[in-house]
Amino acid sequence: MTFLLIYLAILAAALLSVPFLKVMAKGLVTVAAVISCALLSSYLAGNVLVGSEFEIIMPGTLVTGEVPIRIDALSAWFILVINFTMITGALYGLQYMKVYREQSANLSLHCIAYLLAQSMLIIICSVQNSLVFLFAWEIMAVSAFLLVIFEHQKPETLKAGINYLIQSHVSIVLLTVGFIWVAYRMDSYDFKAIGEFSAAFGGVNSFVLFGCFFVGFSLKAGFVPFHTWLPYAHPAAPSHVSGIMSGVLIKIGIYGILRMILLVKTDFTVLGYFILFVAVVSGVYGVMLAILQHNLKKLLAYHSIENIGIIGIGIGLGTIGIGMNNSLLTTLGFAGALLHTLNHSLFKSLLFFSAGNVYQATHSMNIESFGGLIKKMPHTAGLFLVASLAICGLPPFNGFVSEFLIYAGLYNGLGNSAPTLVLAIVASLFGLALIGGLALLCFTKAFGVVFLGTPRPCHPPQAELPAEANAATLVPMYAIVALMLAIGLFPGIFLEALSAPLAAFQAKMPGAENVAALPENVRQIATSIGWCAAGFLALAGLVIFIQQKLAKEKPLAIAPTWGCGYVGDASRMQYTAGSFVRSYRKLAEPLFSIHKKKRPVEGIFPTDGWQETHPYDKAEAWLIDLPLRKLKHFIGKFQFLQNGNPQFYVLYGVVFIVLVILIPVVMGSIGLLLKFLNQL
Amino acid sequence: MISLAMILFASLIFTGVVVRTKSLASGRKGPGILQPLKDVLRLLRKGTVFSETTSFIFQIASSIYFVSVLMAILVVPFGQSKGLISFDGDFVFFAYVLALGKFFSIISAMDTGSSFEGMGASREALYSMLAEPAFFVLMGSFAMLTGHTSFHGIFTALHFSSHVSYALGVLATFVLIMVAMIENSRMPIDDPKTHLELTMIHEVMILDNSGFGLGLFTYAVNLKFAMYGAIIANFFIGDVPWYYAVLVFTAVQVLFAVIVGLLESFTARFRMAHNATFIFTLTSASLLIFFGVLLLMGKFI
Repeated sequence: MTFLLIYLAILAAALLSVPFLKVMAKGLVTVAAVISCALLSSYLAGNVLVGSEFEIIMPGTLVTGEVPIRIDALSAWFILVINFTMITGALYGLQYMKVYREQSANLSLHCIAYLLAQSMLIIICSVQNSLVFLFAWEIMAVSAFLLVIFEHQKPETLKAGINYLIQSHVSIVLLTVGFIWVAYRMDSYDFKAIGEFSAAFGGVNSFVLFGCFFVGFSLKAGFVPFHTWLPYAHPAAPSHVSGIMSGVLIKIGIYGILRMILLVKTDFTVLGYFILFVAVVSGVYGVMLAILQHNLKKLLAYHSIENIGIIGIGIGLGTIGIGMNNSLLTTLGFAGALLHTLNHSLFKSLLFFSAGNVYQATHSMNIESFGGLIKKMPHTAGLFLVASLAICGLPPFNGFVSEFLIYAGLYNGLGNSAPTLVLAIVASLFGLALIGGLALLCFTKAFGVVFLGTPRPCHPPQAELPAEANAATLVPMYAIVALMLAIGLFPGIFLEALSAPLAAFQAKMPGAENVAALPENVRQIATSIGWCAAGFLALAGLVIFIQQKLAKEKPLAIAPTWGCGYVGDASRMQYTAGSFVRSYRKLAEPLFSIHKKKRPVEGIFPTDGWQETHPYDKAEAWLIDLPLRKLKHFIGKFQFLQNGNPQFYVLYGVVFIVLVILIPVVMGSIGLLLKFLNQL
Repeated sequence: MISLAMILFASLIFTGVVVRTKSLASGRKGPGILQPLKDVLRLLRKGTVFSETTSFIFQIASSIYFVSVLMAILVVPFGQSKGLISFDGDFVFFAYVLALGKFFSIISAMDTGSSFEGMGASREALYSMLAEPAFFVLMGSFAMLTGHTSFHGIFTALHFSSHVSYALGVLATFVLIMVAMIENSRMPIDDPKTHLELTMIHEVMILDNSGFGLGLFTYAVNLKFAMYGAIIANFFIGDVPWYYAVLVFTAVQVLFAVIVGLLESFTARFRMAHNATFIFTLTSASLLIFFGVLLLMGKFI
């Protein structure tokens, strides 16, 4: 209880003081509040992971009923994930926002929204009363909206923000429907009622209920086809906000799905297949579109969809494991999913922060206008490289560990006798392998074109040369790298921390009381991976050392890149991002709608030629644009009502009031009449 | 340990045998078996030229590529004896550590800022992406057949019993040979001996490498061939004493090298645009293996 009070006191003090402080102090107070709130909640969460659950029942109000604050292992894991990225995001944001220090009022709003977003995320993880949950969800959605539209003077930013706001409210509607359905039947807003509901009402009811929640949470998490807000909101937001949105905000959707899996009782096998299907589609579709993007942050946003897909594959596998009473499958699936949640929050925030550094140095996000940045910004380039390796799931970094666990789960599931499962797993294996390969293609493109080679001619030309970000910006980024390496080298420790949340999922299976949440062979695998990663690093270090040593003794020459006889400036002849993925684009073209515009170089005296490609998401065209057009068309028919004539508006008011008064009277008379007729 | 020694040994002569086969097939006497090895040693002793466009990525890429192949080799078993690294799911590590090497070779090509090398990098990234699912589905099929999820477990438990299983072995060998050809950028995907940069993949990526770095890249190709040869050999070694195993292993490696030589002598390189289709066919071949396994296990109706 004291914790809660201290937490609220810090939050309130920060929220109230921020608007009245000087610009620099605003930032510092916000960071201090974020860190202290994070430490407080992490302390509680850490205790929970070690073993002692935290539960307080608040008296609540007449409307909400009792408000239980329960931090179980699952919440604790997510609270820790959220806090780490919120802290690094705040530290990075403190430096990033320096450019905007003139906009004092705007910054106040930004700081307040950041603080609220953090606290609401933590509250969502810990409160188990559906009404309070919805309140927190709403505040979180709105504060995220405020964070996104920091540069609201730009029309496209505002548009992206409103797009996000509308979609997150669709999600809220679905969640509300789900919660009210349960509350109507069970007369309680406690989450436990959801479990009782699905125990009391048959499989179909629970399934539909879960579907309702799943779609609601998917809108936040970004599963295809509910992903369309992500590629707009991420590029529009300031980089630290993109980092925390992609890192933790969309993960709250994953938390919601996992929480519902823990609560409902239904046919988990079917549920697992459903999640697996959606997840594989999301993963492959996300990365396939990511490759085609020319905007660096939009590319990263599509990768979030891919990674949510990978997390989803883990969740699907684990759920199938529960359904089939296969404890190893459950462990590997959920362990992979939960660890990938952490991993993705780390490398994705790092990628967005690096993209932010690039943006502040060049004022551009167009991949085609970069080149050779590694010479000007070696730290940023190195950090981006590490994060790229991790997001491709390559050893020795953290992405490999979680993808490996999911692979292990998939291969383990192949031993099962059910033919449907085997087919589903081979499809997922195919998908996951393809995702890996596509991610490699995408990040060699992104890293290669942005940081390597020579600078490309850009439009408009740069006034000043790009420079490395300052040290204070780099510190939180290196902190993320340290944690990433720690996970890659010592996965055992992190799996140990996961054993408590995993036990909760194991408990869903009948007769699982005496099964260890983390079997010995999984532990061994984790240790082996750690050793392999360390061995790789040591061996690579050794060979590089030998190479450097030998190079010192030998003659070393510096010469221009071999140009096949051409000795002029070759920077315009470099491979561009568009040409790097051209063969892929040709292959994938039938799946996407790619708008091309070009003027070919032709004629005897050719003028300049150019070509533009604009990849567009077919899912968005069918699911968002088309219904929107129809809706506009339909509503347009009533446009005559809004004719701009005040007299008419007064008339509408009068008509409304008359109707409001008349309808009850008329209804009453009809009732009387019916009664009279009945008596006859 | 024995597998590492055997693969290292095979890597010394592999390319030599390939080159010898090719020269015999074209009616020449050809260089000695050890000539490619001597070339590598010569390269390792030489000084280096770095392009002024390149950064530290270019300098470390060759080493990381080499080490990634070495790490992958440590996973490969030899008959009944495990590789130095062996755990459940080790072939996932195998594939991913190779992918790490590939990542670095691709970005080192991009680092030179050359239009040719970018072309090679783009092709390498695309083709290895397309080949990835074939390997995973292949290993999945054998994992399902044997109930084990490590290289060593799969190979020790694998017994050819019926006609279908022989067919599977042949198909798997085909898929693995083709994966090896793609990984090493050989015919019919890529022609290492072509003289036009526009038609190369691997060779064009290392245009700017020289000295020690080029030596590492070149030797890594030998290692990779020997590594895939070892995996193919493991399919056929089965449960025999070590001296027979060594014989089978050597025979398979030599046969593999001869096949590569013959393929390069008598096939033409595909048009680049057709490569993608061809590589994706491998995935269907590995799906065929998968359905064959389902048939064997009686899970298919």
